[in-house]
Amino acid sequence: MRYAETGFDLEIDLSRGSIERVATDPKLTALYLGGQGTAAKILWDRVPPEIDPLDPENLLIFSTGLLHSTPVPGANRTSVDTFSPQTGRYSHSLFGGFFGPEMKYAGYDKFIFRGKADDLVYLWINNDKVEIRDATHLRGKGAQETALILKEEVGDDNAQVASIGLAGENRVYMASIEHANSSASRGVGVIMGDKRIKAIVVRGTKDVYIAQPTELAEISIPMYKEMYDNKDCGDSMAHGEGDEFHVDNFAWGNARTRRNQFFTKEMEEEWISLEDKLRMRWTGCHNCPKDCHQAINYPGRMPYFQKCYSKLTYAMGSFGDLDFDYNIIGITQEYGMDAYSTPQTIAFAIELYEAGILTDKDLPDFPGADGETVEGYNINTSRFFYLVEKIARREGIGDVLANGIYAAARQIGNGAEEYDHNTIKKFEQVPIKLGYVNYPYFLMYATGEKMNITQIEGSYPQAPIVDKKEREEFVKNWDAAPERFKKWFMEWEPRTNVSLEAAVHICDWNEAMHYIDDAIGTCAFLSSFRGQFGGRPPYHIYNMPDFITRASGIELDSDELWEVARRNRNLVRALNIRRGLRRADERPPEDHWQKREPENEQKLLDMYYEFKGWNNDGIPTRETLDKLGLNYVSKDFIQRGILE
Amino acid sequence: MTGEAVSNGLKKRIIKEIKVNLDKCIGCRACEMACSGFHAEPKFSSTNPARSRIRVIVEDRKDVYLPIRAGDYSSAECAGRNTYTINGKDYSQCSFCTVSCPSRDLFKEPDSDLPLKCDMCESVPPLAEPMCVQVCCCDALTYVEREEVVDVKEVRRDEIDLGLESLISKHGIEKVAKIVAQIARTSKG
Ligand code: SF4
Ligand code: SF4
Ligand code: SF4
Ligand code: SF4
Repeated sequence: MRYAETGFDLEIDLSRGSIERVATDPKLTALYLGGQGTAAKILWDRVPPEIDPLDPENLLIFSTGLLHSTPVPGANRTSVDTFSPQTGRYSHSLFGGFFGPEMKYAGYDKFIFRGKADDLVYLWINNDKVEIRDATHLRGKGAQETALILKEEVGDDNAQVASIGLAGENRVYMASIEHANSSASRGVGVIMGDKRIKAIVVRGTKDVYIAQPTELAEISIPMYKEMYDNKDCGDSMAHGEGDEFHVDNFAWGNARTRRNQFFTKEMEEEWISLEDKLRMRWTGCHNCPKDCHQAINYPGRMPYFQKCYSKLTYAMGSFGDLDFDYNIIGITQEYGMDAYSTPQTIAFAIELYEAGILTDKDLPDFPGADGETVEGYNINTSRFFYLVEKIARREGIGDVLANGIYAAARQIGNGAEEYDHNTIKKFEQVPIKLGYVNYPYFLMYATGEKMNITQIEGSYPQAPIVDKKEREEFVKNWDAAPERFKKWFMEWEPRTNVSLEAAVHICDWNEAMHYIDDAIGTCAFLSSFRGQFGGRPPYHIYNMPDFITRASGIELDSDELWEVARRNRNLVRALNIRRGLRRADERPPEDHWQKREPENEQKLLDMYYEFKGWNNDGIPTRETLDKLGLNYVSKDFIQRGILE
Repeated sequence: MTGEAVSNGLKKRIIKEIKVNLDKCIGCRACEMACSGFHAEPKFSSTNPARSRIRVIVEDRKDVYLPIRAGDYSSAECAGRNTYTINGKDYSQCSFCTVSCPSRDLFKEPDSDLPLKCDMCESVPPLAEPMCVQVCCCDALTYVEREEVVDVKEVRRDEIDLGLESLISKHGIEKVAKIVAQIARTSKG
């Protein structure tokens, strides 16, 4: 009997129209745990680097986490893994809600899509009954509109739907996959669209088995209250806290302008009253007591769920206000567009227009083209609406912008490259521009494989606590941290960098926790992302093994769990190495910090690579790979001449 | 259900009730998880919301979040004794829900089609609070006990009654009777 997991993947070949339920090897679960880990293994085995991301042979994998559908609260992150045409490399996104758990109740750990359908289709997966159905009647329909229609069509309100909107259909690179109160972005929606999958509808009524039932319940049931009462977990930003931080510290426009002390008391009051007016309800994800997602009913828009920092991305990209942001998400979320990269791409285009690089010929009838201004009206907001349409439809210049900033800048040329200043490895980053290089952050930005800092940072605090007594108190209660970090934290002088050595370990710990979350499906807001604020993440390296063992029967301790994180991290690294990633690619945007330390930065890379067991070019060595049981990777590297 | 005699034929008993505040529900389905786990054999050996005796009806674009419990079986019904808070107001009867009554087909075992019924998590030793209430931290579900004087002659209908009644309503009494007789014969032999 398999515990926690179902032991079956669903393989769907869209070119041939074939569907297969395939038993999986429990040994692979023991090695990679599930989620992103086992998905990376499949991508390694079946999508060699010769396969272009838009080739039918590319795979799109939806993975449950090992702990989905167990009583362990807050395990609901579904991992989507594929290769992205924007970067040519590995692409990974997580979404919350209810989809993964429903997959398991239907009897599957993964949905693996291969090939391409001739025209739009949707999948109706009802336990053992799986059908590929025509979806051409849904062409151009919004993501949630689609979900509503399909629930009716299959006649089951309890079904869970993941769907794409216009952007995905049109293979816009920043297309997202939308589900209930959550979205997956970071380059996965375009592949769903490319495979012509408009939606996946799943319903399950099967049992998921638990290895050590009473033992698991014993530690899981008290977690609900612990999480609920723990103010340092969940998304406090969604609840207004942190607005000031983001407004004052993140950069506006095309990641350019800091507006220090822009946030005022009046703004805060205005914002809170606007949100109270628009919000229907706070909601949570499957089996989680937190409520990070607000259901927004903006007049004239399909009700949608706002989460995370998206309530500011459009506002800040356009120098607009909160009302504008809530207004435009009502459109972009139905189109299925990533709320991080879309506003940046648009702000980039506006800058190019203002610089004369894009002209009225590229942007016919562009709002404000005549130079006329209206008192108190921000013309950028009209331009945002205009450009959203162009991009979602890949119309005119939108067809270029839809390839993301890096590629668009090069396609436009004529100096546009200068305006691409906030991408790493061809991918748009959070608009942060700061004063002085920060060692651990340098490493996380430079070497991260997950493309967004929020998926890499999170366990070690961003700043020391000034008051020594408070800091001691903090360290005393810091159950989540291995001893060495407590020492470094105590020694940390405010406004100075940690040591190079500490930076290496901090980067390693931060990313390890994400690799664990993304394999077992626990939400980063309950573990890997939240330790940095308050130091009390409900899940951490020391208590996770118990949850895993009791749910799945896989025996492991904290060291062994860290070893799994290392294995998954190296495997994901290997996917990108095989696609050409090298040390030269590993740099944060030049202007991320005003003051840099080029020498120390290179030293950091040296030390980090060495610590990781990678060679000087960032390639995992044969010894490292073999020790982790990744012999098949080292063998391939040698065959390809990547390693000697 | 505990009780003490009050006078002839009448008894005082503790009525256990779960109040549902629809305004507070965050739609997390933790209640389904906990109920299905608790009622698995052995306890928590499996989870499956389809076996839960509480189900959350969600229509997220219409802001409908409706946790309903399986009450005594009839062809369509949630737990009749519920108190619902909807938009800040309390209601004690059915038909006030913001969607047309959705409970008709919910509470059946997925394999056998046998009806499921909320048993208030009666168990030995008793729980401090029913499972669904324990995991509902935002107080959409709250547990209350109150005393009530009742007629003891009122028969408590157990699971077998309810199961049979549902089978009868589905297949007709003759067919069910015939099958019961058949089973009796074969299990004797
Ligand atoms: S912490 Fe928030 S985002 Fe994470 S699972 Fe819970 S409700 Fe969802
Ligand atoms: S546990 Fe409570 S908040 Fe969550 S779905 Fe059930 S009733 Fe609603
Ligand atoms: S209408 Fe509402 S209260 Fe009445 S039975 Fe249906 S769900 Fe229960
Ligand atoms: S009281 Fe117990 S049996 Fe009834 S719905 Fe809640 S958890 Fe299920």
